Amino acid sequence: MASRAALSKVIRPTSSSIRALSSSSSAAAAGSKIASRNALLSTPLARVARSEPKWLVGAEQRRLVSSDEGVTQMTVREALNSAMEEEMNRDETVFIMGEEVARYNGAYKITKGLLDKFGEDRVIDTPITESGFAGMAVGAALAGLRPVCEFMTWNFAMQAIDQIVNSGGKTYYMSGGNVPCPVTFRGPNGAAAGVGAQHSQDYSAWYGSVPGLKVISPWSAADCRGLLKAAIRDPNPVCFLENELLYGVSFPVTKEELSEDFLLPIGKAKVEKEGSDVTVVTHSKMVTHSLEAAELLEKNEGIKVEVINLRSIRPLDIDTIIKSVKKTNHLVTVEGGFPAFGVGSEIIAQICESPAFDYLDAPPERVTGADVPTPYSESLEHMAFPDTDIIAKVLKRHLYRQ
Amino acid sequence: MSFSLLRSRGLRAATRTAGVRPVRSTLPAMRFLQTDADKSSPAEALPESGDQPFTVALHGESFHSYRCDAPSNEISITKDELVKMYTTMVQMRRMEQAADALYKQKMIRGFCHLAIGQEAVSVGMEHAIDGDDRVITSYRCHTFAVLRGGTVKGVIAELMGRVDGMSYGKGGSMHIFTPSFFGGNGIVGAQVPVGAGIALAQKYLKKKTATFALYGDGASNQGQVFEAYNMAKLWNLPCVFVCENNKYGMGTSAERSSQNTEFFTRGDKIPGLQVNGMDILAVKKATAWAKEWVTSGKGPLVVEFVTYRYGGHSMSDPGTTYRTRDEVQQMRSEKDAIAGLKRYILEWGVTDEASLKAIDKKAKEEVDAAVEEAKKSPFPDVKTFWTDIYYKGTEPPMMRGREKEEYHVYSQA
Repeated sequence: MASRAALSKVIRPTSSSIRALSSSSSAAAAGSKIASRNALLSTPLARVARSEPKWLVGAEQRRLVSSDEGVTQMTVREALNSAMEEEMNRDETVFIMGEEVARYNGAYKITKGLLDKFGEDRVIDTPITESGFAGMAVGAALAGLRPVCEFMTWNFAMQAIDQIVNSGGKTYYMSGGNVPCPVTFRGPNGAAAGVGAQHSQDYSAWYGSVPGLKVISPWSAADCRGLLKAAIRDPNPVCFLENELLYGVSFPVTKEELSEDFLLPIGKAKVEKEGSDVTVVTHSKMVTHSLEAAELLEKNEGIKVEVINLRSIRPLDIDTIIKSVKKTNHLVTVEGGFPAFGVGSEIIAQICESPAFDYLDAPPERVTGADVPTPYSESLEHMAFPDTDIIAKVLKRHLYRQ
Repeated sequence: MSFSLLRSRGLRAATRTAGVRPVRSTLPAMRFLQTDADKSSPAEALPESGDQPFTVALHGESFHSYRCDAPSNEISITKDELVKMYTTMVQMRRMEQAADALYKQKMIRGFCHLAIGQEAVSVGMEHAIDGDDRVITSYRCHTFAVLRGGTVKGVIAELMGRVDGMSYGKGGSMHIFTPSFFGGNGIVGAQVPVGAGIALAQKYLKKKTATFALYGDGASNQGQVFEAYNMAKLWNLPCVFVCENNKYGMGTSAERSSQNTEFFTRGDKIPGLQVNGMDILAVKKATAWAKEWVTSGKGPLVVEFVTYRYGGHSMSDPGTTYRTRDEVQQMRSEKDAIAGLKRYILEWGVTDEASLKAIDKKAKEEVDAAVEEAKKSPFPDVKTFWTDIYYKGTEPPMMRGREKEEYHVYSQA
């Protein structure tokens, strides 16, 4: 209790010089007597003064120069971290709760450094009780706060799905608009590498089917920044489905994307690559594979693939897809989730019900995860999820160019 | 009782043959919680004026404590407040009885869980807390919804699915809210972690308010309840976990569902208090004590109110297949909370029988009038089918209905 009280004040840098982590940590440690604080001393995390651009988080970004050229690199991890930090700075009611988010700096280091900056009142380590703490996040949201509730993976959120869907997603409607629930649930979703069946499921279709929730599945660092900030500011319950394999991937980010108020609209897809021969609709990690397949096909076959990054599962931006299908006349969806009753199924159903159907030159197709609980061994696991080669193969076949 | 008899018989039988004198095993003296509604008595002469407080001594067995000292058995009350409590309890009972009748006339559909018999809990609690404290409960929520800032008309209209309902007809019996009352929750036990979260928010916002998260004996075994206990105690949240033990979880008695029926002890290291939930003065005293405890930073509490419901679990349950009619009759005639308070009022000379009869009549008239007004309220317009799925202004461009040509376009301002 004493240590918690000592950290209850938000720790903010006061001087304009950059403080070394050790000095600030020992100041905290002196007041708090937390032995594990020493673990943080070895992390290469620079403390940045308020006068400097606040988006600098993490060692890699120390290399960034505040030039006006506008293009720098940022990993997805840094993007999520900086988004949360900025939102917590902007709005005092935003706080983070989840397993290992505070002293461990995040199971996947997404919340690294935030405990240092905001204290244990705003970055809360929970026990391993998803159902309980997801319910508490909903309750805190109903009572006026804006919790960001992290699940170590969305697989564990199945324990909490009643709280997300029933207590969170439906309350605004059932109360006739009297009780909003501005909670954000986030965490890694879908495949990792070699983690087996219980840790590899993709839940986009499940949450995507619930009216009242918003469901986001970002891909790039810019997606993550803009959409997580938008999700936290959104007054609805939002499920933010990240991907563990993308956390360490670097993406170019512009100056605008690094600004504090950079927001992306929830419910709008992005055409990552323009094309004229076939529309590929995809989300999350599969965007990477789809873009690689598109490059391959353009180079080797001269096929021009249009790749649409959904960004949001719900609301689904069907208008962008319709526009694209009218142009290319072909539709292939790519996702990591199970094939049955999935995101691709929904997109194809909606396209068939729309005017875009008349523009199709071939029956739309899906590329999905296999209808198999994910096996462990690598020789089997690679058959469980789509990769660049299989996407390219399907696209060629779809265009009768085997 | 019979078990202990068998035990000692067996012991004697065994030692008779062995020739050893048995060590007499003394059972701890069993103190049963007193659950009558009318065993309190004034500790001093009543004052003349209605707003002057006087002390009442609750029955010695009104509280059982766990890991803490029970509150004292004295409560300070005024004559006016006693009459107010009576008026409110009668109104609440009338409202629930009206809901019963409307359900049978098929003007209320689906679920309807009535709290007839449990009025002392909701009214007693309300008299000990204020508008800033927070309450969340299960589906047996109609009385709380009114007491926490709602209206009888608003609740009845909601039950009938009308536009003047507190949720505009969109929620129904189990989903009625006020700024200090978070429902009305349909999933058994889910409201307990949500309540702990509300307490977390109060602490975060540095408010000196108490949050009461209610659940029943049936819900007390839910895993998420224990998860909420754990986090509330770990983080010292100002949360009072209130178990409304009406002895039956739907059709299953507490003894058949719970290995430990002392629900006030199930918080492990969280202190607990078992309270006679039929005596409204005991309820008020315990609630005030609990509020003081959690708002002074001592952490959460588990409070168990031992009460009884005369009706079934819901309107589709007669309530007699799992308990005898005699039991229900006995509770109604001997332990009724309203009758108990009435006895206090008459015996202590607070007011006379005629005044109470007038209150009864007025309550009936008010509730009947509210019902009539609620009946006049129209059903919600089809437009509201599509509203409030998302926060106003943040809706997607359109939402789909049952078929592709049935959809609603949201005009973005």
